[in-house]
Amino acid sequence: MHDQTPPEMADASRRRLLQAGAGAAALSLLPGVAIRSADAQGAFDWKRFKGQKIEVFLVKSPRGDLLTKYHKEFEDMTGIEVGSEMIPEQQQRQKAVIEFNSGNPSFDVIALSYHVQKRQFAKNNWLTDLRPYISDASMASPDLDFADFAKGGLNYAVEPDGRVMSLPMNLDPWVVYYNKELFAAKGIAYPKTFAEMIDAAAKLNDPGKGVSGFVGRGLKNANVPVWTSFLLGYGGGFIDAKGKLTTDTPEAIEAAKMYQTLLGKYGPQGVAGYNWNESQTLFLQGKAAMWLDGIGFAQPLEDPTKSRIVGKVGYGVMPTGPKQQVSALFGDGEGIASNSKKKGPAWYYLQWASNKSNQTRMLQAAAGAPVRNSAYAAAQQSSDFKAPKEWVDCMLKSAAIAQPGLPVISPVTEFRDVFGVALTNMLNGADPAAELRKATADFQPVLDKSEKA
Amino acid sequence: MTTSAVTTALTVPRAAFLRRRRRSYRLLTVPALIVVAGVIVFPWLFTLYMSAFDWKIGEAARFVGLANYTGLATNQRFIEAIVHTFYFTLLAVVFPLLLGTAAALIFHREFRGRGFLRAIFTLPMMATPVAVALVWTMMFHPQQGVLNYLLSLVGLPPSLWVYSPTWVIPSLVIVEVWHWTPLVMLIVLGGRGVLTKKPYESARLDGASEWQLLRYITLPLIMPFIVVAAVIRTIDAVKAFDTIYVISSGGPGTASETINLYLYLQAFAFYNIGNASAVVVVFFAIIVALALLLLHVRQRARWSA
Repeated sequence: MHDQTPPEMADASRRRLLQAGAGAAALSLLPGVAIRSADAQGAFDWKRFKGQKIEVFLVKSPRGDLLTKYHKEFEDMTGIEVGSEMIPEQQQRQKAVIEFNSGNPSFDVIALSYHVQKRQFAKNNWLTDLRPYISDASMASPDLDFADFAKGGLNYAVEPDGRVMSLPMNLDPWVVYYNKELFAAKGIAYPKTFAEMIDAAAKLNDPGKGVSGFVGRGLKNANVPVWTSFLLGYGGGFIDAKGKLTTDTPEAIEAAKMYQTLLGKYGPQGVAGYNWNESQTLFLQGKAAMWLDGIGFAQPLEDPTKSRIVGKVGYGVMPTGPKQQVSALFGDGEGIASNSKKKGPAWYYLQWASNKSNQTRMLQAAAGAPVRNSAYAAAQQSSDFKAPKEWVDCMLKSAAIAQPGLPVISPVTEFRDVFGVALTNMLNGADPAAELRKATADFQPVLDKSEKA
Repeated sequence: MTTSAVTTALTVPRAAFLRRRRRSYRLLTVPALIVVAGVIVFPWLFTLYMSAFDWKIGEAARFVGLANYTGLATNQRFIEAIVHTFYFTLLAVVFPLLLGTAAALIFHREFRGRGFLRAIFTLPMMATPVAVALVWTMMFHPQQGVLNYLLSLVGLPPSLWVYSPTWVIPSLVIVEVWHWTPLVMLIVLGGRGVLTKKPYESARLDGASEWQLLRYITLPLIMPFIVVAAVIRTIDAVKAFDTIYVISSGGPGTASETINLYLYLQAFAFYNIGNASAVVVVFFAIIVALALLLLHVRQRARWSA
């Protein structure tokens, strides 16, 4: 990154801005966008693209299932036929790369995970800039109200240069699930700071009874967000303005030590092989006092057929670190392929998929945490809403303090792999500082290359 | 007509006919050649070609000569992957061979319910590897897994199985042994079945013990079959992917990362096609070397009748 050109410089500092939670600068572009052109050719009409057919490429998940279930509603409303493909996340990411590279992808609409695919898609210009559609009153549904979209979600959808490449749909801030019964038995309150968190884990850890003070992902790659959750609280980041990794700074090392202590010392045996599912199993058996992971797990935890701790689960906002209180954020949305020949109908699909009723459905089915604030109020009024109120509060508070949980870079999978191995090694006793220095040295050339290309 | 004239009259058209026939035969091989060139030779040359480039999908390719290979030679993770591959292969070949041969000798004897038990014994082989791997993953779980429960029943301390960097490969081998011992058993059983009774009868007359019968008659005679089973097992074990990927994904850390898993990461998770191509070439060289070695062993194990 030595021969950095000015736009890249702006890009790097923009990313730092985002990391610092000051992404509002770029967002100020959106209100401008929201003022729709007065001389549009007529009013918005859902039936405008009647008779056309689009292909959507989704990820197999509760959210993908939910949208697919209601495709008929979209087809009836617009007369647009929807062909959809839905495959597991890992395969979807691989297939997307191959299809986009062919120059002629088989889909018009694609679901993307921001923390993995955003930079990759943007750098290759694989998606369509949505601004012309947003600002065209004949194309933008009156329901599309950006004031209703959470800031964290818009941060993800908007590029540093102001282009809007997707509509955000789901946010996944990281929270602490805690077992209220275990906490009460030892007379411990939910921790407010990192120090209290470590202290609570130490007191609640009871290997004799098979209870762990803390559980979370130890499996390489999957484990990186656990560490970054701590890193952000220590005031650390991923990359500085010059494109240098800051993953071996004192903050990063402190965060890694915290990771090593919580998981290695107060975690279950074999935690180095734990992903979210092993962690979930342990926690819902009542065998772990705290579990740090994405917010989307309320449904299994409150399901009496799966969980032994129904009604005893506390949903805690991430405790405050020595520098700040941050919840690591992940999210996904949908965009339109830049080579699509059906951009109009595809844009209609995007608006429908992110509309209020779909966002409310998502929350009601506990399939994710909607980006649209109005969905929370709407869902709570409904009688069949199952998620506890505490969960909703935790979601709203976490979203307000959320920052991207992974660097917005192209080789993010490699980042997770390299640092994931370092973290797993720490669980097996390696020195955090040495491991982070090695990982940083290993990854810097990969990052440099990806930003140069 | 003179004799020579007759010969000439006969030979000339015959030579031409043979030539023509050879030509027409050559033509018949063309479709096969095209298929081989298309599905084997071309991908190979293209892999070799790509291994000389620094190319990540979505970025421009840059010619780097042998840099990918020199990079691999000093890449600690790749070298460890080779070691893991050999370690895994060795265990995953030797144990199924020992157990499979023993099982074959037992199943060769007449006893009640033999057919039924034999069928039961071969069941694991018919199961889908990914499904098998998922079931074993659950059994390996250090807190909820049934294996640690079984250990506790006999008073043994719990093990971390695939969650421990030291035990992950031996634990994965347990799955391979469970899955593929039946195959070895079937091959060796087939071999044992064709042996005649005569050498045994004469050896018994000479007063040979059961052990001597096994050691000096049965084993040498079934050795060619054991070697065939060893060749098949080695090929399978070297290219093992699904079991390892599903159960440990190469972890904890990189403790069970074999060449195949490393390759998968490079090619399909990081999209480093150039580097992955170099890994393929090195992997191929290793497999060829291994195959030559096994062929040599097979030659030597033949019955020297």
